[in-house]
Amino acid sequence: MDFLYYLVTSIPFFIRAAAVTVELTATALAMGMVIGLVFALMKISGRRFWRCIADTYITVIRGTPLIVQLFAIYFGLATIVDFGSFWSAAIALAVHNGAYIAEIFRGGIQSIDRGQMEAARSLGMSYGLAMRRVILPQAFKRVVPPLGNQFIIGLKDSSLAAFVTMKELFGVSMQLASTHFAELQFYTIAGLYYLVLVVLFTFLVNRLERRLKIES
Amino acid sequence: MSLVKVRNLNKWFGRLHALKDVNLEVREGEVAVLIGASGSGKSTLLRCLNFLEQPEQGQVIFDGKVIDPRRDDLNLLRREVGMVFQHFNLFPHMSVLENIIEAPVMVKKVPRGKAIEEALALLHKVGLADKVDAYPCQLSGGQQQRVAIARALAMHPRLMLFDEPTSALDPELVGEVLAVMKQLAREGMTMIVVTHEMGFAREVADRVIFMDEGRIVEEGEPARVFSRPQKSRTRDFLSRVL
Repeated sequence: MDFLYYLVTSIPFFIRAAAVTVELTATALAMGMVIGLVFALMKISGRRFWRCIADTYITVIRGTPLIVQLFAIYFGLATIVDFGSFWSAAIALAVHNGAYIAEIFRGGIQSIDRGQMEAARSLGMSYGLAMRRVILPQAFKRVVPPLGNQFIIGLKDSSLAAFVTMKELFGVSMQLASTHFAELQFYTIAGLYYLVLVVLFTFLVNRLERRLKIES
Repeated sequence: MSLVKVRNLNKWFGRLHALKDVNLEVREGEVAVLIGASGSGKSTLLRCLNFLEQPEQGQVIFDGKVIDPRRDDLNLLRREVGMVFQHFNLFPHMSVLENIIEAPVMVKKVPRGKAIEEALALLHKVGLADKVDAYPCQLSGGQQQRVAIARALAMHPRLMLFDEPTSALDPELVGEVLAVMKQLAREGMTMIVVTHEMGFAREVADRVIFMDEGRIVEEGEPARVFSRPQKSRTRDFLSRVL
């Protein structure tokens, strides 16, 4: 019965915290998409220099834990630039997810038939124009499922922001759990909120996928 | 006067010597048909003419100007050289109309209204006026290829390259595409066509060029090449396909 009591009375705290989680995740993933696209284009570039930079970025970021990256930015960079907890977390999440999103975009772009680029170029379109008008719109449709998957991971990974004092879902649940000595209840409640967000998001992605399928 | 000229062209794919000292000249208004077994270099030669492939040696001269792929803006050359592919390569996320107006609007900055007007005229010409708003996946192969021809023509090219335009089509759809190409030839378009359709070559070509193992082996008027081939390799090839 404790559980239901806590669940109901904590609603105002958790709603506010959920809003922070969503804001943080949305900001981070929006930046992550831009980073991902830029590095994907570098990775398929004809110039070795750009490919090398993209490879290094992807290897380093995928090869180290998010919490290490987050602490490096929040505590480590604090002596040079202080981003504050929100932007530290957003940047860390963006840079981290950007590496995975880059690989998703690269796969999507390379899955488009070579003939599409050739047809566009044969009409006098520049590489950039062909990419923007012909290749990317088709690639984007194909990457919606893996991208949705990555967004779900990003949403859950945003919980690590609690360790740089963010009052998002996990941060708030840690606080409430310790003040009420009710760990099981509050962490279960936090889990429920994450679950609801993920289910909601999955529903939206499925709808988008269906709409794209009808269009083509 | 020659619209396009190729001088001592050589192309390698790794260790494969795909084009060996190819020389070719196509006059304005001429229809040249390239024939030969698969792997003989016909498509590679065609793709070198708009630099979808970069030849390692030799020159491509378009309208009297030597094209240097490292220095010249190839996009300017490609505006004047249309290409039709074996697999059509229409843009699947765009309607038929959007496919046709895309390059004129985005590359040549033709006003949208004018581009649409021209696109409709071109669709009428290839017999697909009723398919303006259809998407490529809703069309048969023959219809897709006719849209692809209209798309290339929308740039007002001075030269049209056809890379086995009917090879991916069901036999009953080949005729409609060839009919459009014949009409184009009659209107005086300069065309270089890679094809296995010997009937088309015989009927439409001003000149037939036979290639084998990366070389031009024999060329001449179709009546002469088909009935009295000079080289034994041409005879062998023709006896197999005719």
